[in-house]
Amino acid sequence: MSAGLTFTYGVVRILNLAHGNLYALGAYMGAWLVLGWGSNAWPVLSYLLLFLAAVVIGVTAGPVIERLFLRRVYGKAEEIQILLTFSILLILEDVIKLAWGVSPLFADKPYTYMGVVRLGGVDYAGYPFLLTGIAVVTGLLLWLVVTRTRFGKVLVSVITDREMSAALGVNVPRIYTLAFTLGAVFAALGGAFTAPMFSLVPGIGAEVIVVSFAVVAIGGLGSIGGAALGAVLVGLARATAVHLVPELDLFAIYLIMALVLLFRPQGLFGQVEARRI
Amino acid sequence: MAIALAGLALFLVVPPFLPEWITFLLTLAWAKALAVLGIVLLLRGGLLTFGHALYYAVGAYTAGFAVKFLGVHDGLVVLVLAVVTGAAASALLGLLLARYRGMHFGLLNLAFSMVLYAILLKFYAVTGGTDGLRLPTPLLAGVKPAAAHLRLTIYYVTVVLTALLLYVAYRFTASPLGYTLRAVRDNEVRVEYMGASVRQAIYCSYIVAGVLASVGGVLAGFSVGHIVPEVSFWTQSGEFVFVALLGGTGSVLAPVAGSIVFEFVRNYAFKYSPYTWQMTLGLVLLIIIFFLPGGLWSLTGMVRRWIR
Amino acid sequence: MDPVGAVLETVGLTKFFGMVRAAEDLSLRFQEGELVGIVGPNGSGKTTLLNMITGYVKPDRGRIRFQGKDITGLLPRAVADLGIARSFQMPQLYLSLSVLENLVLALAIRAGRARGFWTPLVRVDRLDDARRILVQFGLEEHASHDAGQLPEGARKLLDVALSFARRPRILLMDEPTSGVSARDKSKVMDTLVPVLKGTGVTTIFVEHDMEVVERYAERVLAFDEGKVVASGSPDAVLADPAVRRALLGRP
Repeated sequence: MSAGLTFTYGVVRILNLAHGNLYALGAYMGAWLVLGWGSNAWPVLSYLLLFLAAVVIGVTAGPVIERLFLRRVYGKAEEIQILLTFSILLILEDVIKLAWGVSPLFADKPYTYMGVVRLGGVDYAGYPFLLTGIAVVTGLLLWLVVTRTRFGKVLVSVITDREMSAALGVNVPRIYTLAFTLGAVFAALGGAFTAPMFSLVPGIGAEVIVVSFAVVAIGGLGSIGGAALGAVLVGLARATAVHLVPELDLFAIYLIMALVLLFRPQGLFGQVEARRI
Repeated sequence: MAIALAGLALFLVVPPFLPEWITFLLTLAWAKALAVLGIVLLLRGGLLTFGHALYYAVGAYTAGFAVKFLGVHDGLVVLVLAVVTGAAASALLGLLLARYRGMHFGLLNLAFSMVLYAILLKFYAVTGGTDGLRLPTPLLAGVKPAAAHLRLTIYYVTVVLTALLLYVAYRFTASPLGYTLRAVRDNEVRVEYMGASVRQAIYCSYIVAGVLASVGGVLAGFSVGHIVPEVSFWTQSGEFVFVALLGGTGSVLAPVAGSIVFEFVRNYAFKYSPYTWQMTLGLVLLIIIFFLPGGLWSLTGMVRRWIR
Repeated sequence: MDPVGAVLETVGLTKFFGMVRAAEDLSLRFQEGELVGIVGPNGSGKTTLLNMITGYVKPDRGRIRFQGKDITGLLPRAVADLGIARSFQMPQLYLSLSVLENLVLALAIRAGRARGFWTPLVRVDRLDDARRILVQFGLEEHASHDAGQLPEGARKLLDVALSFARRPRILLMDEPTSGVSARDKSKVMDTLVPVLKGTGVTTIFVEHDMEVVERYAERVLAFDEGKVVASGSPDAVLADPAVRRALLGRP
């Protein structure tokens, strides 16, 4: 999820506020597909459905948002770009409500299929392990794509110097669309695979964007490794807080973020690029 | 200036002849316009905050706590307290936030406002949790307003106070600091090279914006008579941002115009189609961004050119 | 030259960007009121010198003294307050403000009023001062235009005018004529030089155009790879074979 956010930002240089909604869309679509077509006879199908949901959402919503809206504001003042994604966020919030209503949606089948794992005499639910596995695998995949493939190299060149890449014949607008779509797929993937763990209510998109921004801010914008580290930190802090003082689980995230910002603001200074004068 | 005063006179003369619910909506619109004004001032410096409801909530809960724990019932004393708490909160957070721009600034503000929301929600004993706090009718300089004229009294206090603060904001925009803030948006490097501090300009403006929202929170709180944690929720901040864009950033009067239009449209939209409200907001915002970047206020400029 | 009278002095100034040598052991002296041109190929450290003097870039080693006072490591803002102003290769203006507002704000900041939030910025005395400067720089016809709408030559002039409005003791200009058409180059310089000489401000300017340097500079420093390869009168420096090789690729 955060990987998707930081990835899109790195390439397109617009931080997408509607990213949380793509997550929510993925989650809803995943839960809906599983409830509709998942069958007890063949558990693997429900995981495929989750994956399918993410791809469907990412591949349709991604290009539409990028082509129709974001494309018009590249190079405009940053606050305009943020506002644009904010208006998309508002619209998608209601799209979700219209499509799936306001009552909670709960598809926990994929969760229960995994059963329990016995570690050191304590029972753990199996699903979180699967989730972690998927997160690690997608993270690695993303890293491999960026560092090893031709597409990744083109991407890096666009990030470093888009004028030069354009001059060398790279189709920059196409790269933007692709990168944004990929980011959208990651967001939806995150949503779809976490969906079985929670009951879905409207408004999770907005919550998620705040948390994942915290994750990205802690790790440093545009850095995939940073996002992963941030996610681990936030996850640990949250778990600790839930365990010790349940009231404070949200604080934990903000506390870490504030601390990181206080003592390591340079880690976040990715956006204050040195100006040539 | 003459037109602004004429408009103010209109808002002072007409309300006694209006139905009470309209007066109530107008009161709310004027009060919220202060929070929007804070956002507009920051926007002039290129700073977009998604957490300005934080200071709105600080004001509202200052009133709530003043009544509940301090036994202060005089509205004017509460207002003074809210100026102090609003300034204190923004001065504290501003130390951290004045370093940031763009997305970081916007979302850090959002994060802080959500922290406050969580506090208001969870410390039930102090804040009343989701039930919120009741705000009884305030005294005005020791005098209890007559029940028959209660709505109107609150309305007049709100309008007069907001008008005064609008004037303050107007002076601010025309002052060296106000221009320095615009200069920051245009070119930070030049501002620093001219010997002015970018950080300081942003910091001062942030405090001004915080105080404005805090006072707005008190006024809105008293006119509703009840405060809930939602005043610090991100949707409230988003609403302020929306109204700021709707009105435009070209004048300190624009937030009032935007706020009044917004309250009335919402009043009707909620009646007819509650589930598509955010979508409507989003669509209108898209239209403004692409077709009317100066907001409703830029229409006045068009009218002026057309008359000439 | 009287060494004691140097208004600005650098001692052993050194700066590397990775492997690139932008300055190596630069020890320079500038006298009160002189007009010095700096020439050198791209990347020879000319702009880096200006950036180090104004505090934008920290030198790796060496000191900078202004009127005998050590100013190494101060922020640009503090350096500006002491009386060292600069203009930029790409004009740095407030594009959404009018030309007049640009200048009036500069005057207000100079007067230490940047934090005033009650009295209006635009006051009669500041307006008069600003208009006077606009006339000096030949910009009076643009007074009410937004700075963003100006033609390039006027932008360059306004950029210098903003720095000049601070009434600095030292003015650093980074390529005042770059981006200006060949025909207008002398126009820009003919406007600037008399104004600057009239106030006795020490001026150091970086310039690519040899004709401009030859015509206007009183003294020339030639840079190459972070070192001064020649200095002296324009004729002598520009005739120096080492300089010609560095600048033109031929003796």
